[in-house]
Amino acid sequence: MAINPSAAGSLPPLDVQRAPEGGEVGAVQSGWRLALREFASNRLAVIGFAILIFFVLFSFVGPLIYHTNQLDTSLTLADQPPSGAHLLGTDGNGFDELGRIMKGGQAALEIGFFAAFVAIVIGTLWGAVSGLAGGIVDSTLMRVVDVFLSVPFLFVVLILAVKFGATVLSLSLVIGFFAWQVPARLVRGEVLTLRERDFVLAARTAGATNWRLVSRHLIPNALGVVIVNVTFQVADAILAVSYVGFLGFGLHFPNVDWGDQLSDGATSLQSGYWWLIYPVGACIVLTVMALNFIGDALRDAMDVRLRRR
Amino acid sequence: MVSYLVRRLVTSAIVVIGVSIFIFLLLHAIYPSPARQVLGLSARPAQIDAWNKANGYDDPVIVQYFRYVNNLLHGNLGYSYAENQSVLALFQERVVRSAYLSGISLVIAIVIALPLGIFQAVKRNSLGDNVATSAAFILYSMPSFFLGLILIQVFAISLPIFNFEASQSLSIWDVMGDWYSMTLPILTLALITVAAFSRYMRSSSMDVLAQDYIKVARAKGLPERLVLWRHLVRNASLPMVTLIGLSLPLLLAGNLITESLFNYQGLGLLFFTSLQKVDYPVMLAYTLAGAVLVVVGNLIADIALTVADPRIRLA
Repeated sequence: MAINPSAAGSLPPLDVQRAPEGGEVGAVQSGWRLALREFASNRLAVIGFAILIFFVLFSFVGPLIYHTNQLDTSLTLADQPPSGAHLLGTDGNGFDELGRIMKGGQAALEIGFFAAFVAIVIGTLWGAVSGLAGGIVDSTLMRVVDVFLSVPFLFVVLILAVKFGATVLSLSLVIGFFAWQVPARLVRGEVLTLRERDFVLAARTAGATNWRLVSRHLIPNALGVVIVNVTFQVADAILAVSYVGFLGFGLHFPNVDWGDQLSDGATSLQSGYWWLIYPVGACIVLTVMALNFIGDALRDAMDVRLRRR
Repeated sequence: MVSYLVRRLVTSAIVVIGVSIFIFLLLHAIYPSPARQVLGLSARPAQIDAWNKANGYDDPVIVQYFRYVNNLLHGNLGYSYAENQSVLALFQERVVRSAYLSGISLVIAIVIALPLGIFQAVKRNSLGDNVATSAAFILYSMPSFFLGLILIQVFAISLPIFNFEASQSLSIWDVMGDWYSMTLPILTLALITVAAFSRYMRSSSMDVLAQDYIKVARAKGLPERLVLWRHLVRNASLPMVTLIGLSLPLLLAGNLITESLFNYQGLGLLFFTSLQKVDYPVMLAYTLAGAVLVVVGNLIADIALTVADPRIRLA
C-alpha cells in the first residue's frame, strides 16, 4: 500500500489504484503524488517552472549581484546603448535598464502573487459557504458573483488606482478584490459534489460544526481546482499591473513596474532605442507565459488526480 | 424554452440592477461630489456646501442613486464638468468609432481563428499546428500595448507602410476608408483576440473529432471534405457563440489600450482622459455601460446557443 511514503516512489500506479476504501488518507496522498508525477513529465510545465524560478531569482537576487544606482537621475548617462558598464543600456533618466527591469520584476511578482492570494482566499471562502449553505443563501451569493463578473475589471482597477495612488499593497488588494469570482465558482462547484459524499455525512453525524466542515473537509478537498486557478490569477494580475503602468497610473518613483517602463520606452521608439522596449516586453511575455504553462499542466495533472475519485 | 428565456431575462435584469448599485456606490464613495472641480481649488467650504446643496449632492446616497437611474432611463447620462458637455453628447460623438474598431477586429478575429482552430485540430501535432499553438501562446501572454508597439516599430517605422497613429477624421466614413491609419490598431486588437479564440476553437474541434458521429460519417464513406464541413465545422463552431459573448470584457479592455496607444478618438480614449482629468461622471457612465454590455452579451450568447443547438431545450 502507498501509506509508507518512502516506499511509494517505486510503486507502480496499479497498486495505488487498488488502495482499499478504508485507506482514504493514503489514497489521497498518492493522488497528489500521481499529480506531481504527471506534472513533472510535462515538458512545457518544467520549462514554465524553470522560467518562473529564473525570474524570481533574477528580480530578487539579481540586484544583490548586479549593483546599479536606481535613485539618482543623471542626464549625462541618459539613453546610452548597451555596453560593458550598462549591460542593457540606460533609460531617459540615466538609470541602468537591466537593474530597472529587476526592480520592475520585484513589483510584478509581488503584486501578482499577493493579488492572487487575496483573490483565492476570498473566492474559496465565498464558494465554500455558498455551496454548503445552498438555497437562498447560495443563490444570493452567486448573484453577487455574477455582479462582480460583469463589472469591467480593468476599468475599476484603473479608477481605484487613480484615486488611492498605486503602491504594491494597494494594487494587490484592488486587483485581488475584483478577481475572486472564478475561484468562488470553481470551489462552489466542487463543494456541491463533495457535500453529498459519505465522509461529509460522517463528519456531520459526528457533530462537526459548519465551520469545521468547511475548513477541515470541504476546502482541503477542493484545493485542487484552487491551486490550478492560482497560477492563472498571478498571470492575469501581472498583465493587469502592466496595463495600469502603461497607461501612466502605476507605481511611483523610486518604484517602477514593467508597464511603466514600456510606456517610457515607447516615447523613444522613433529614436531606435530598442533596449528600452524589447527586453522589458519580453520579460512580461515570458513571465506570463511561464505561469500559463504551469497552470495548463497543473490542470491536466489535477485531472489525473480527480479521475481517481 | 420560454420559461428558460424568462428566467434568464429575470436573472440578467437582477444582475444589471446589482451592477448599477455597486458601481454607483463605489464611485460615489470615491468621488462624492464634483464641487471642488467646478468651483476650483480656492473655493471656501461654505461655497462647496452651497453648491452641493443646490445640485443635490448632499441628499442621501439612495436618493442620489434613484435620481441617477431615473435620469439614465430618460437618456441623461450626467454632465461632464471637465469637458463642459453632457456625457451623452460625448458618447454619441465617439461610440460609432469604437464600435467600428471593435466590430471589424472581432470579425477579422473570427475569420482567422475559426479555420485556424479547425486546421490545427485536424492536423494535430503537425508542424503547422505547433507553430500556430506557439504563436497563440505568445500572443495570449502579451499585453496588447506591447504587440501594438512591435507592430508600430515594424510596419510604421522600419518599413513605413502604415501610419503609427489612428485616423483623426471626425467622419466615420473617412475612418473606414483610411486603411493607411487604421490597419495597425485593427490588427492589434484582432491578433490579441485571435490568440484566445483559436486556442478555444482547437480544443472544441478536437472534442467534436472524438465523437461517434464523425466516425460514422467516415465509416459510411463520406468524403473527408464533407465530414469536415457538415459535421465538424457546424458542431465545433457552437461553443464559439458563447465565447464571442464572453469576449466582450476582453474587447472593452483591448479598446481602451488600443485607442490610447494609437490616439484613436473613441470611447476608450475618452475614458482614459477622464481618468487623467478625474472626470467621474464619464467614468461612472462608461463603466456602467461596459457592465451592461457584458451582461447583455452573455444573455445574447445564451439565447443564440439555445436557438442554434436543438439539444439545449432546457425546461
